[in-house]
Amino acid sequence: MGLLSLGIESIFINNILLAYFLGMCSFLALSKKMTTSIGLGVAVIFVSTITAPVNWLIYEYILKKGALVWVSESFIDIDLTFVTYIFFIAVIAAMVQLLEMAIEKFSPPLYMALGIFLPLITVNCSILGISLFMIEREYSLVQSTVFGFSGGIGWALAIVMMAAIRKKIASSNVIPALRGLGITMIITGLMAMAFMIFSGIQL
Amino acid sequence: MKLKKHFEQGGKLERLYPVYEMLLGMLLIPPMPTRSGAHIRDHYDIKRMMVSVIIAGVPALIFGTYNAGYQHYLSAGVYASVMDCFIKGAWLVVPIFIVVYAVGGFWEVLFAVVRRHDIAEGFLVTGFLIPLIVPPTIPLWQVAIGTSFGIIIGKEVFGGTGMNVFNPALVTRAFIFFAYPSSISGNEVWTSVGSKVVDTYTMATPLAVATSAGGSDVVKLLADNGYTFSSMFFGLEPGSIGETSAFMILLGGVFLLLNGVASWRIILSVFAGGYLTALLFNFAAPGAGHPFALPAHYHLVMGGFAFGAVFMATDPVSASATNTGKYIYGFMIGALAILVRLVNPAYPEGIMLAILFMNAFAPLIDSVVIWGSVRRRQKRASK
Repeated sequence: MGLLSLGIESIFINNILLAYFLGMCSFLALSKKMTTSIGLGVAVIFVSTITAPVNWLIYEYILKKGALVWVSESFIDIDLTFVTYIFFIAVIAAMVQLLEMAIEKFSPPLYMALGIFLPLITVNCSILGISLFMIEREYSLVQSTVFGFSGGIGWALAIVMMAAIRKKIASSNVIPALRGLGITMIITGLMAMAFMIFSGIQL
Repeated sequence: MKLKKHFEQGGKLERLYPVYEMLLGMLLIPPMPTRSGAHIRDHYDIKRMMVSVIIAGVPALIFGTYNAGYQHYLSAGVYASVMDCFIKGAWLVVPIFIVVYAVGGFWEVLFAVVRRHDIAEGFLVTGFLIPLIVPPTIPLWQVAIGTSFGIIIGKEVFGGTGMNVFNPALVTRAFIFFAYPSSISGNEVWTSVGSKVVDTYTMATPLAVATSAGGSDVVKLLADNGYTFSSMFFGLEPGSIGETSAFMILLGGVFLLLNGVASWRIILSVFAGGYLTALLFNFAAPGAGHPFALPAHYHLVMGGFAFGAVFMATDPVSASATNTGKYIYGFMIGALAILVRLVNPAYPEGIMLAILFMNAFAPLIDSVVIWGSVRRRQKRASK
């Protein structure tokens, strides 16, 4: 599969948020303001682009069955896949922390812009989802990087769209019981329905 | 108004004042003038605007009714007069209308009473458009469920007319499309057939014929099935009730443009987007027998493209509000609709989902356009 079509596919056809509904919590909570959601979106793109290849390397050389043969031939039967989740979460958390420190050191303006969003991403399930999908679909290292990057773009696109829609309905007379999260959930559903325009396209 | 005194307090027909108010408001002007606040240039209010859309849709509806009957008799191989076709067509179309207005009206009134807002005229338009975008054979209970979904989830939860994000009529159609695909897609649903069907009758819509082209020339294949450019332009073909005749739709479109109800920017850019995209695919076509080779101007009169462009994309509530945004919004609708037709094997027609998709994008387009214009002006001011 070409890298470009993989990118387009994970942004539009299999949007991580609107087709798989991953990363909903921060999507619902932080889509109130345009600037916030742009910041969070950029942070997600950043982190998922970096964690996807790192997780791929870890899976490929430590966790997978027989992956440890590079240490010793006798490890051929060791299968560590049962700790994949813990490893991935730990890697994501660690990467986020490292990234935060690095950004703070080298680019204070970017650090100010991303601010509190970086720690929040540790618990964003779309990042973990991207890593798990990449294992399941058996992508190569390059494909994983592209998938991480475009999956992040897909998520960022969805949250920015939602922020714009919420700005538009700010003056709407929404049913009181549905104000806030309720109406956001309904809009997410309708957006997902609109995104089905691409489902079925084979690239 | 001479009659007015009969309806006012103490008049003979005092009790009928609401009816008088409704009729007068719908046809001419609301009898109650604004007493304070902003004054607008003339009597052109929401009610009148909505009624204009309905008037514009009447040609498509009349033709659609005739066509539903015509296709029925054509499939049976029976010769039928114009009147017969109309009667048979009305037999198919009127029940759908009754169901949509009864169900939709029920929800509208319920929400109006519970939430204490006025019964909004927007429903008249939504209810008028829903029957035009469904096939004549659709089961009525599905129409009822779809209408309920469209009116409640598409509009009322947002607070009613003017406050929604997605076009409620299209939400209805998309709901029916995904929930009951067998009654709104395929080749059999577009014509109401009797007990027997003659062999020469093609049930497939022109789009289905064109996209199935494998090897033989697309235009010739269409012509073999009885579809030429002019026959598709005037619309004697199977399809959703109101969408087949591009001519009748354009007639309504001209009325809407003269009235200033529809945005010419959107209509123009939808057609431009569709035409240019189809042209691009023409160049990419491997041969005359490939669906990509379907001439660009054919695309514009086939399926629901014209109807979507004139009646659906121009909905002022769910479209982009800025002028630049309207060009982008319209262009993307046209381009996506053709893209889906030719590239997505899951759906034969893409205009409905293309408009819904761009409805979701419209606020973002507006935000970007406004942000860009603010930046430009700041730059100019700081010079």
